[in-house]
Amino acid sequence: MKTKNFGRFALIPYAIWIVLFVIAPLLLIAYNSFLDIEGNFTLLNYAKLFSPVYMKMMFNSFLYASIVTAVSLLVGYPVAYLLSRTKHKRLWLVLMILPSWINLLLKTYAFLGILGTEGPVNAFLEAIGIGGQQLLFNDFSFIFVSTYIFIPFMILPIFNAIEKINPSLIYASRDLGASNITTFQRVIFPLTKDGIQSGFQLVFIPTLSLFMITRLIAGNRVITLGTAIEQHFLVTQDWGMGSAIAVVLIIAMAIVMYATRKIMK
Amino acid sequence: MKNLVRALVAIIITCALLIFSIDYLNKAEGYSSDNTLTIFNWGDYIDPDLIDQFEDETGIKVIYQTFDSNEAMMTKIEQGGTTYDIAVPSDYTIAKMIDEDLLLPIDYSKVVGMENIDKRFLDIEFDPNNEYSIPYFWGTVGIVYNPDLLGDMEITSWNDLWNPELENQIFLADGAREVVGMALNSLGFSLNSIDSAELAATSGKLQSLMPNVKAIVGDEIKMLLANEEAALGLVWSGDAAEIMYENEALTYVIPEEGTNLWSDNLVIPKTAKNIDAAYEFINFMLRPEVAAQNADYVGYSTPNAAAMELMDEEVIADERFYPGPDITDELEFYTNIGKANLAKYNDIFLEFKMSGQ
Amino acid sequence: MEKQKKWFANSYLLLVFAILYAPIIFLAIYSFNSGGSMVGFEEFTFEWYQELFTDTRLFIILLNTLVVALLSATIATIVGIAGALAIHTIENTKYKSMLLTLNNILIVSPDVIIGASFLILFTVMGISLGFFSVLLSHIAFSIPIVVIMILPKLKEMSPSLIDAAQDLGASRWQVISRVILPYITSGIFAGFFTALTFSLDDFAVTFFVTGNGFNTLAVEVYSLARQGISLKINALSTIIFMITLILVLGYYFLSTRKKPVMIGGDE
Repeated sequence: MKTKNFGRFALIPYAIWIVLFVIAPLLLIAYNSFLDIEGNFTLLNYAKLFSPVYMKMMFNSFLYASIVTAVSLLVGYPVAYLLSRTKHKRLWLVLMILPSWINLLLKTYAFLGILGTEGPVNAFLEAIGIGGQQLLFNDFSFIFVSTYIFIPFMILPIFNAIEKINPSLIYASRDLGASNITTFQRVIFPLTKDGIQSGFQLVFIPTLSLFMITRLIAGNRVITLGTAIEQHFLVTQDWGMGSAIAVVLIIAMAIVMYATRKIMK
Repeated sequence: MKNLVRALVAIIITCALLIFSIDYLNKAEGYSSDNTLTIFNWGDYIDPDLIDQFEDETGIKVIYQTFDSNEAMMTKIEQGGTTYDIAVPSDYTIAKMIDEDLLLPIDYSKVVGMENIDKRFLDIEFDPNNEYSIPYFWGTVGIVYNPDLLGDMEITSWNDLWNPELENQIFLADGAREVVGMALNSLGFSLNSIDSAELAATSGKLQSLMPNVKAIVGDEIKMLLANEEAALGLVWSGDAAEIMYENEALTYVIPEEGTNLWSDNLVIPKTAKNIDAAYEFINFMLRPEVAAQNADYVGYSTPNAAAMELMDEEVIADERFYPGPDITDELEFYTNIGKANLAKYNDIFLEFKMSGQ
Repeated sequence: MEKQKKWFANSYLLLVFAILYAPIIFLAIYSFNSGGSMVGFEEFTFEWYQELFTDTRLFIILLNTLVVALLSATIATIVGIAGALAIHTIENTKYKSMLLTLNNILIVSPDVIIGASFLILFTVMGISLGFFSVLLSHIAFSIPIVVIMILPKLKEMSPSLIDAAQDLGASRWQVISRVILPYITSGIFAGFFTALTFSLDDFAVTFFVTGNGFNTLAVEVYSLARQGISLKINALSTIIFMITLILVLGYYFLSTRKKPVMIGGDE
């Protein structure tokens, strides 16, 4: 078939990118993961990953990433759906993405103010009689702010998936007497699976490797694998250990993506 | 397709305009001239007026870039693709950089004003005879706290932090040497201890502090403490001065069990391009009136004894920030304990963090 | 009943919008605070805006950031389209999923790893740190995102469309430019804007690979944050935000008035 030619033609710049910026760094990381801090060959980095500290960290990372993804999906799906039903849907969509163009660190600092003891949220809670709460440096603040950061990446692909559904399918389903819920279950939801899959990957995976937020918003009370990698690369300079965690993380991601593809099929 | 082409053309035109403006501005500001001095310093660690003054006096244009940790700074210089003429590492990092052959020795025939520096901060273990480094600022690690939020509780020592009444009241700076060092000191050990029994005891003691810890944070600790998000914090003295400037209710104490004494120093990296300008800058910063003005702006303690004579007496007399030799002699600099031992400190710190989850 | 549902839907959207915009409004309000910090509003002032307009260095940094974002997103989009086409046309499923996995590795990897490994890479290749190294890195980490955004669009395109075009004698380039690209335009725009977002937002990778005085806004904000955020930065964000908002709204209304083409318009 002729279409194959497109592949070859298009592959060149893309292939250069893959070799230089994906495979080469990957090999560097893999190589580093077998080095100890003195630069000698060792398997100890991997052995260390099975210590209780790192096991707990891995478990926590996956747990938090799952929660953040689930919340993003639960909140984001209706948003994508409702947006696609509005009159100026493209405009609303862009307006939804717009906040993510403002520097993340700045927004995080704003959240420190908003959720702080003297912040507007606590002032509101006190005004309605609930009383001040500690909103920062706990699970709530971490999940809330992480969801805030990643939810556009959940909404966008789902919105695109809903957009490409042929409206006549929905009319047909209604004409055949299906209720809204049935239409959603049988028609809309299955046709947006691709969007959910993309959204899942775009949210779950970066959440696993979040750092900075874990310190700023969660005060190191949540430590993800990403935080540990950042620490090993930037602070402790134990690149070997950092690389070993990275290798495990990358393998875990591959499994997650493979699994989502299988389940979504 | 038409849409795409139109968008592409618009982007290319925009980029061209932007690049043209950047070039124009760079030229207008003098950043593209040959006579530039590139300084790699901590954020907000010099009075910008002094940079202007230096530029006016010498005709050298200063390019100023900042880093947030010694490790990040060292990584950049190690990489080799940078040409910083001046960098400002802390004590133990200087030892590491000397080991890795990243610094140029100081040629003292070109340096004017070395006699202004207080002898206490010269010829220290990390750089014997100051072959590579010239003191810039110094300070301690201690506790900043808010008496208003603590009632009549007195804070004088590290061990006071373990008081059960302080539940969820402490912010810790996110540094392994600082936090583990605090716990070592609280048990009466040296904060450079590499004894495994001592470190094991320290790890246990540290984890018992967790209920009192509200969060372990970075630079934002200044903002959080000034905003009274918690009553106490483990901080560097310089940060404490800034916090107290923002919120006068707070005060700082050097714990009685002893603590860390640190100093940041000017060095010339091996990859420097404009070495003459680097020396001009060093000499400029050594001038008493310049050092005094800088200390006044930054709020950290200056090692320049001649500068201290020009400063506000009240500031100099403040034992919290200018402790006398009787106190500083009891404090310890961080020594380069070696990678393997440093890894142990980091493990203890990580276990401590994980114990709160 | 219908009305009630609509009301509910609208208030749900409104709530989500309110939360998304809350920190930005918060930043904007405090950009007028004479108090100097983001706690306790004292008096209304334009001081920070005045300071901002006299700060050429910050302006250069802003322009740098925009150039890097626009160039990297554009180049990444072009390479990404090619990559998506390549992946799409591969028939061997094993080979295809391998390529996809390779593609996704950079999305998966923590920024720090990307930054650190690129730093090593540039050291090996002898590239000095500055504008070029930052641009290369931004292109590199944006490509997979573009691919991911375009692939679903390609998947939904029926192969018979291409076959039909070819049967009608269209050349390879004609098939791409007349059939495929128009069909995936919305995916391309989505990819471009996501890449733009990632670039504007990126702090960690840039932090690693920048040097010699070249700074982007995110890195500059980070170093300014050491002193507890200067409200000058708030003022800057407010202005940037307002300009973007006006551009988006302006473009939208201009394009809808002329003809019903929407933003990212694939209709």
